[in-house]
Amino acid sequence: MNSSVIIFPGSNCDRDMDVALKKFGFKNKMVWHDDDKLPQSDLIVLPGGFSYGDYLRCGSIAGKSKIIQSVIDFANSGGLVLGICNGFQILTETGLLKGVLQQNKNIEFICKNIFVKVNNSENKFFENIDKDVLELHIAHNEGNYFCTEDELKSLEDNNQIAAYYCSSDGKVDDKSNPNGAIKNIAGIFNEKKNILGMMPHPERMIDQSLSGEDGSIFFENLLKNLK
Amino acid sequence: MKIKVIVTLKSGVLDPQGKAIQQTLNGMGFANVKDVRQGKYFDIDIDENDEQKAKLSAEEICKKLLANQVIEDFKII
Repeated sequence: MNSSVIIFPGSNCDRDMDVALKKFGFKNKMVWHDDDKLPQSDLIVLPGGFSYGDYLRCGSIAGKSKIIQSVIDFANSGGLVLGICNGFQILTETGLLKGVLQQNKNIEFICKNIFVKVNNSENKFFENIDKDVLELHIAHNEGNYFCTEDELKSLEDNNQIAAYYCSSDGKVDDKSNPNGAIKNIAGIFNEKKNILGMMPHPERMIDQSLSGEDGSIFFENLLKNLK
Repeated sequence: MKIKVIVTLKSGVLDPQGKAIQQTLNGMGFANVKDVRQGKYFDIDIDENDEQKAKLSAEEICKKLLANQVIEDFKII
């Protein structure tokens, strides 16, 4: 399976993502934001980081970069796109995903492990995943997901909420909401479920000695679903 | 022609920075400050002499980049 990770000026999880994808068997290529063509890919990843220093709004400038039109075309033709953290912010800024990531409610940069409950596993990203509560890592200042009431209703009606922040035993409550995200939303899909944006970083949880391995479960499962 | 743009959060959208500023002002003794909403201001020099045309460009600029209309409003002045 071929994957491509887009690098923007200020991306800083691009190489972690490269390591993770290769570890689980993807043939990964790094693609510069100023290119206009994507290599043949089964998966495009917009990585975490601080593209363009978060100027204007997180992800807004990256969302207008040269490569993005190819990413939009790829996504609209059904290709799998994964946006993590800043990548999620970029996906909302391009309009591929609904809503927006606002500043965390407590005005703090949050860097810690959290738990998410997988809400919809009828898609390539989570189908047949062994665990429905995953321990992942978050590191962001703008992860507070917000959308209008109408948008929230359509996300819920179409089963587009990918994952909720939850407690270690899977309880979705205020206490386990790290950033004030509406309804504890940690990640969402587009209508067709081929685009996933989420704030938590699975690529940071792929090594037992460094972190945990729930990220490994995510990548192994994704690869299996693509084969 | 110079165009000024102000981008503000829509009413009802949480503004934690504005809230922190308001609380700080209250703590500094400005007890009469009831609410603060923080926004962004842009000075844009558009190569256009016709005010109408410049403002139309500015409007497009706001819609396409400067404001995220899910949470923000813009004003061209």
